[in-house]
Amino acid sequence: MKELILIAVGSAIVNNVVLSQFLGICPFLGVSKKTETAAGMGGAVVFVITISSFVTGLIYKYILANEYLLSKGIDLTYLQTIVFILVIAALVQFVEMFLKKSMPALYKSLGVYLPLITTNCAVLGVALTNVTKEYNILQGVVNGFATAFGFLIAIVIMAGLREKIEYNDIPKPFQGTAIVLITACLMSIAFMGFSGMI
Amino acid sequence: MNKNVERLYNGIIKENPTFVLMLGMCPTLAVTSSAINGLGMGLSTTVVLVLSNLLISAFRKVIPNGVRMPAYIVIVASLVTVVQFMMQAYTPSLSDSLGVYIPLIVVNCIILGRAESYASKNPVVPSIFDGLGMGLGFTLGLTLIGLFRELLGAGQIFGAQVLSLSWFTPITIFVMAPGAFLVLACLVAVMNIVRAKMEAKGKPLAKPSGCITGDCAGCGMSATCTGKNRNQQQLKKQSRRIDTDERINFNCSRICDCK
Repeated sequence: MKELILIAVGSAIVNNVVLSQFLGICPFLGVSKKTETAAGMGGAVVFVITISSFVTGLIYKYILANEYLLSKGIDLTYLQTIVFILVIAALVQFVEMFLKKSMPALYKSLGVYLPLITTNCAVLGVALTNVTKEYNILQGVVNGFATAFGFLIAIVIMAGLREKIEYNDIPKPFQGTAIVLITACLMSIAFMGFSGMI
Repeated sequence: MNKNVERLYNGIIKENPTFVLMLGMCPTLAVTSSAINGLGMGLSTTVVLVLSNLLISAFRKVIPNGVRMPAYIVIVASLVTVVQFMMQAYTPSLSDSLGVYIPLIVVNCIILGRAESYASKNPVVPSIFDGLGMGLGFTLGLTLIGLFRELLGAGQIFGAQVLSLSWFTPITIFVMAPGAFLVLACLVAVMNIVRAKMEAKGKPLAKPSGCITGDCAGCGMSATCTGKNRNQQQLKKQSRRIDTDERINFNCSRICDCK
């Protein structure tokens, strides 16, 4: 239990996926104009990454690193990048269809964001980190959920700040993306303060 | 032959992926804490880009339009796996310091972007040169940013101490995570000035095409976007086939900034 909490705090706050690992920068910059859409994107990312880390964990353990196959000398783990990216892409489509049919309310709030997530590098990044750090399936899911939650925190804070920045008088060259990156820099410095926690 | 030289020039200078198009920002931020890491990442991306452009261009008439994205992703992912194992074998220390960012070359916007916008429409040889030019342009960008951050953050160039620590206090923040955002912010600002100057001279630069400033072409998101960046004809064909599916009419400009 203690270990799971450490993994969760570590990936959500201390090694924040956007601010210290630079994964998912594209949606972080592109979808952070309004708090509402940012929260929607964050929610969809939490949903997808949690499910995908469970599914990729299962596939890695029972198919790619299958003990029976390994004992026969067949090591399929080299296929992980290809398998993971395809599984994630298919999974996102599948989740979308499932939500549309059976949970229209949830689909309405997350639906538009789902297609954008397919190639979000954070999703593949988490699946690969789970393998490199040799997490079991439960640890992998906790790590996935926490990482995505860290993304949600970062993008919502950023959207809140951007709504305020909108009315500021910013030097011309820094208008637009540049000032957003400066804001990200300051947020990243603030998040560095957590690094003593673990 | 001239066309090939033009592709090289286009990739390295005119449409430099880092400085002009602002593509592939995840690796640009993540691995440029030193020049050697930037160079390593740039070169491995170049290898993947050249080979993927070659294969995609060679198979461009065979791959059905409807499944082209998954097909491109399989080709790119296979190449990335090969590069990853080569690096583990021959440059183990570089492979350790780049870590998870090597397999993540798969989702680099530049590669799928070039596949979609150039290699899938052009013959093999120009596609190879296009990949080479873009790859070298990316390498140049990453190495320069890496040099700058390493020099300010540690007083070193390629690991050799050039600014003596007796009088120079390294600004360590530049080699840490916040420094990446700060350097990129300044770069974007400088490019905004350059862009405005060139426009005043009547020689406008190519528009940035990553999510970083506006339009989503070439960014991973555009795979599912049906904004105006997609070929109109393709769009028509697709919407005729499944016009009940809202996703086909999905346009990412509703969410991100692309117009």
